[in-house]
Formats: sequence, C-alpha cells, structure tokens
Amino acid sequence: MDLVIIFSEQYRALILSGLQTTLFLFVCSWLLGMFLAVVLTVLRALGIPPVTWLCVAYVEYHRNVPALIQLFIWYFGIASLLPDSLNDFANDHGAEIVFSIIAFACNKAAVNSEEFRSGLRAIPVTQMEAARSMGLSYVGAMRWVILPQAWRLALPALMGQTLFLFKMTSIAAAVGAGELTYQARHIENMTFRIFETFSIITAIYVVGSFLLMWLGAWVGHTFRLRLK
Amino acid sequence: MIGTWDIFAQNWRYFLIGEYPAGALGGFALTVIIAVVCLILTFPSAVAVALARTSGIRWLAWPALGFVYLVRSVPLLMVIFWAYFLAPVILGFPIDPLVTLIAAICIYQTTYLSEVIRGGIEGLPKGQTEAARALGLGWVPVTFRVVLPQALYNVLPGMLNQFTMIIKESSLGAIISVSEVTFMAMRVNNVLITRPFQVFAILGIGYFILCFSLSKASEYLEQRIQRRRVASQPA
Repeated sequence: MDLVIIFSEQYRALILSGLQTTLFLFVCSWLLGMFLAVVLTVLRALGIPPVTWLCVAYVEYHRNVPALIQLFIWYFGIASLLPDSLNDFANDHGAEIVFSIIAFACNKAAVNSEEFRSGLRAIPVTQMEAARSMGLSYVGAMRWVILPQAWRLALPALMGQTLFLFKMTSIAAAVGAGELTYQARHIENMTFRIFETFSIITAIYVVGSFLLMWLGAWVGHTFRLRLK
Repeated sequence: MIGTWDIFAQNWRYFLIGEYPAGALGGFALTVIIAVVCLILTFPSAVAVALARTSGIRWLAWPALGFVYLVRSVPLLMVIFWAYFLAPVILGFPIDPLVTLIAAICIYQTTYLSEVIRGGIEGLPKGQTEAARALGLGWVPVTFRVVLPQALYNVLPGMLNQFTMIIKESSLGAIISVSEVTFMAMRVNNVLITRPFQVFAILGIGYFILCFSLSKASEYLEQRIQRRRVASQPA
C-alpha cells in the first residue's frame, strides 16, 4: 500500500480532472433529463393517441436496452448520420462528453417521466373533481392541488434515480470520456498500482453516493406529504 | 435504414452464437448464459443477506447492511475493474474475463436481489411467523417452510426484473473483452467501419426483444400473484 505515489501532483491532477468530468456529466445530464422528463409527462398527459404511443415507445426503448448500447447508438451511430458541420462542432467540444450527456439525459428522462406519472396517478381523481367544482381552472387545480402532492410522492423514487445516474456516468469511460473510472484505468496503466488507484477512485464514488443518499433522505423528510 | 437487414443477414451468426462451432460461444447465447448463471449463483447469497438483515441480530444485520450500502454506492463498472485487475494479482494466475464478469455481477446483484427478497419477507403478514412459532416450530422450519416459500413466491416478478437487469448489465463485459453480444457487435462494427448506426441498431433491437418480453412476463406474473393473494384473503 503506497498512496503517496498516487497523491503525487501528476496523478492528483488526473483524479481531480476525472472528478470534475464525472460531476459535469452528472449535473448536465440530470438537468437535461429532468427537463425532458417534464416534457414527456406533459405530452403523455395530453392523451392524444399517436403522441402517447410515441411516448410509450420512447420509455420502453430506454428501459429495455442497456445504457451502454444507448450510449453507443448516440456516440457511434447517430454521430455517423449527422452532417459534418454538426460533428465538427461536437468534436470541438469533446464529442464523448456531449453524446454521453445526451444519452444519459434521454435515458433518465424516460425513467423519471414514469416516476412522475406514478406520482400523478397516486392522487385520487376525486381531488381534481373537488378542486374543479370549487371553481379552480384545470391549470389552477394542477398548480395548487395535484402537483404539490404528486411531486412529493415521486420524490423518493426520483432521488433513487439520481443515485443511479451518478453511477451511470461511469460507463462514459467506454467511449473515452475522461471521468473517474477512465482515470482509474489510466493511472493504473501508468503506475501499475492497481489496489491504491482503485481504492481512491472507489472511495470518491462511495463518498459521492453516500452524500446523495443522505441528501435523498433529508429532502424526502423535509418535503414529505403531511396528511392529517 | 438502408442495409440494416443485409448486415443482419450476413452477420446473424456473430450476433446470436458468436464463432461457436469454430471457436468460443458468444453473442446473445453467451449473454443469456451469463445472466442465467449469475442469477443462480446470486440467489443463495441474496437470500442469506436478506435473512441476515431481517434477523434482528445486530452483529448479523449491521455487516449485511454495510455490505449492501457499500456495494450499491459504487458503479458496476468499477466492481468489474476491481475483479478484472485485482483478482489475478491476488490469486497469482490469470483468470478468464468471463469468470471475473460473472463474479462482479454476482457481488453487485447480491445487494439488489437481497433487497427484493427482504421486501418479500417484510411484506408477509406477521401472523404467519407468530402462528408458526405458536405451533412450536423453531427458527429453521419457520424460515424455510413458512416464511421463505411464501416470500420468494411473492417476489418472483421482482426476481424476473433482476434477471432483465443482469442481462443489461452483462453488456459491460464488452469493455473487458468478454465475447457476449455487445462485444460481437463492436467487432462486426470494426469490420464494416461505415455502418455503426445499423450495427448498434440491430444490437439494440435484439436486447429490446429479449428484455421487453421479460418485463411483460414479469408484469403478467405480478398480476397473477396479486389475484391469488386477493383471492386467498378472507372476505
């Protein structure tokens, strides 16, 4: 066990840049994924048959195909179909990062929209009817009665998905994005210190995941539904 | 897409069985074998962890809890790398990547499957254990003849879901060159070079057919079990 070598300036810089990339992937795909999930949920709530079918197909594709394959389809497949100008743009901005974010966000959007939907479905229909009969408009009833309860119900599942997303960023290493797992391989390759390198990277993941679990418990407790 | 069918027609053997008669078995056949082996190997350890967590004995429950939380907080790819790079160093001889992949998935899935089984154990009405204890049964018959048979039956859909999850997770084997279907697709892609979208679309469709039918089967099973439980409840 010789951690000193791994903490030397050169490798410390690699670990820190890996951590930075992991966090960047995580935050960007979380935000984009949440946005897409809301869009999907609204589209599906509209109840227009062809739109609903498309949403169902989108969700089922992302749930039943491994995330790695989704990433490959974006990074190798769809990139090869894009016009050169767009590809040049992507390559200038680190194509592996750009496509990883898109792939993870699309994946999480599908799962999160299902969580939103089950949160909405858990609110009895009578609540909407009661709100409407008291004179609230559809949007008003949603804003003041349904959504405040629905998002609280969906919260624990969403926090669980957030943890999944944090761990999912590791597969970006497969397309060469320089995040933590990639740097672990890279440093191991240069130093042959498997145990030390992997211990440090694993510890960083454990700390990150425990922070997210703690945050999930805290948020879930603070915003829990108080029914009397 | 132009050429997708042609690519499949020319390479279907690679996708389905790898280089089988001439070389090692691969492709979807290997993916399914990995998943089945992993589920079978994971099952006893998952039951053990679930029993430890529900035992109410502190020195059994806490290490089990610690194990579950620790493994769950690390990405599977990291666990695979641990097994792939460290196991040969510790054992002193090289081991097949296939074995390391299966070992890594088993460790990882033990935590998830044990949570599913724990849910089944804790979901049983308390009266079941109390009645069995009142009849004078000890821990072993209560656990293995009363609790587990019912709990495991009730979580069959959850176990099927874990099976689907293992199939999806086994795709990471491609990164350590296990010749399962993702690896075979990458090889086909390296030969064709110009058709990545079509190759990975075929791969995606294959996974979709496999996992979608399994998730539908799991939903069907869940409804059936739900109906039976409702029917068996006193009115």
